[in-house]
Amino acid sequence: MLRGLFKLTWVELKIFLREPMGAIGTIGVPVLMFVVLGRIFQKRAELSADVTTFVAVFLPIFATILIALSNVLSLTAIISIYREHGILKRLKATPLRAQTILITHVIVKLLLTVATLFLLVLAGKTFYTAEVQAHPLSFAAAMLLSMLSILSIGFVIASIVPTARFAQPVGSVILYPMLAFSGLFFPLDALPEPVQVAANLLPLTHAVGLLQGIWTGGAWSDHLWQVAALVANFVVCTVLAGKIFRWE
Amino acid sequence: MAATNVIEVTGLRKTYGKLVAVDDVSFEVREGEIFGLIGPNGAGKTTSMECVEGIRKIDGGAVSVLALDPWKDSQELQDRIGVQLQQAQLQKRIKVWEAVDLWASLYPSTVDGDRLLEQLGLDDKRDAWFMTLSGGQKQRLFIALALIHDPDLVFLDELTTGLDPQARHAIWDLVRDIKTRGKTVFLTTHLMEEAERLCDRVAVIEHGRIIAMDTPAALVREHCPERAAIFQADGEVDAAVFERIPGIASVDSGDSGFTLKGRGDDFVSEVIHAISESSIRVRDFRTETPSLEDVFLKLTGHSIRD
Repeated sequence: MLRGLFKLTWVELKIFLREPMGAIGTIGVPVLMFVVLGRIFQKRAELSADVTTFVAVFLPIFATILIALSNVLSLTAIISIYREHGILKRLKATPLRAQTILITHVIVKLLLTVATLFLLVLAGKTFYTAEVQAHPLSFAAAMLLSMLSILSIGFVIASIVPTARFAQPVGSVILYPMLAFSGLFFPLDALPEPVQVAANLLPLTHAVGLLQGIWTGGAWSDHLWQVAALVANFVVCTVLAGKIFRWE
Repeated sequence: MAATNVIEVTGLRKTYGKLVAVDDVSFEVREGEIFGLIGPNGAGKTTSMECVEGIRKIDGGAVSVLALDPWKDSQELQDRIGVQLQQAQLQKRIKVWEAVDLWASLYPSTVDGDRLLEQLGLDDKRDAWFMTLSGGQKQRLFIALALIHDPDLVFLDELTTGLDPQARHAIWDLVRDIKTRGKTVFLTTHLMEEAERLCDRVAVIEHGRIIAMDTPAALVREHCPERAAIFQADGEVDAAVFERIPGIASVDSGDSGFTLKGRGDDFVSEVIHAISESSIRVRDFRTETPSLEDVFLKLTGHSIRD
């Protein structure tokens, strides 16, 4: 049913790494930022407990979310360029299916994310002294779930934006407000109730909640609600994208 | 000889909102022939072709390709047809061999990709990125991708548009090769010369409707039977000699010489006969035979490029 999936994934991965900014932009920049920020705050951490929290809790989650968002933008950009240039249409005139193309790009994004995270962990080991309470596998699972759920928003955007010029602003307009109200920068409790309700409808809020919980050593059983929300979001977005996917 | 029809289109209709792109189009493509859908840009060629390929859903009529419904049996059909699309691109940085390899992985059975690239003159471009190929090389790659799974039927949409004459001639040879391999070819073009040189039969489409369909020669014979003989003669010549030629329609004599127009396949021989009988010394003798271009002008009242 998914003829060509392996080959297409391999080709797309190679093509992505041939892009001038491909590897540097997706892997190099986040790792570098992480190291630099980590170094700066590390020095200050000795002076203040707030900064310690920042380095130990805020930064890893922030990095994860940023990678997820950049994956969404990159996915929508690639698919819209393919649509604009008739590549999708050419692929439609083969036995290839729309799902295969989307799944291919998700796999490519996940592989690159794994590479980035691996480097981040290495960098973290070298530059960080902060204690990590989370079990690596447990946190990896939380990350995968969050990543897929956030990426599925990208499926929907990618399925309909006509050109690459649209993809970037549309992606940003949808994603950055979600980030602002995700509870990452300030606790949601401090917001008026209607805003809290709205924030709880956003998948990013649940991703942040789950990641923070697991990162600080929380149990999965305390986050079932968030897991359910992320899974639901993934299913709804994927089905919706399959329905509205436009080849040209 | 009753050849089998590989494509049968009856009363095809396709609309985009209020715009009727294709209206009541019917034609059939026979096994082993090169069939051309010809007409100006925007006449509905590509839309018709894409309905046959199963890329677009039809709004009315019936389409049958290799006895399949292109929309419902799309997956099965794609295994058996090869497609080259107008203005399609590939990933900028995909290598030629990677594209061929990828396409080969999409089909249950394929021909040797390296040999195919060699036959299409792309073997030295195996490792080149798609974005670095010239227009002609890109089109040859698209032909390779259309042939990789050894399809029974090949679709070529505006294959040589934008190519220089040399590349165009090279592509024409390749299309004839496809036919020689026993495949059926369905192509669209707005170049009458291309249609005339390649196609066994053509259908002329204008404003979404088919206005004529036959072999190029039969269309010319039917719609533009006039031939012209143009020459310069030495000394005084009595134009009355030419008035007696069978099939003559008009005799013009000017500074540049005589222009004789008439009908019939024998007209040119009759002119030559009359010239030699009257012992007229002739220089710069040439003939003008109408082409599909003239047929199009006659049928629509405007040139195809207008």
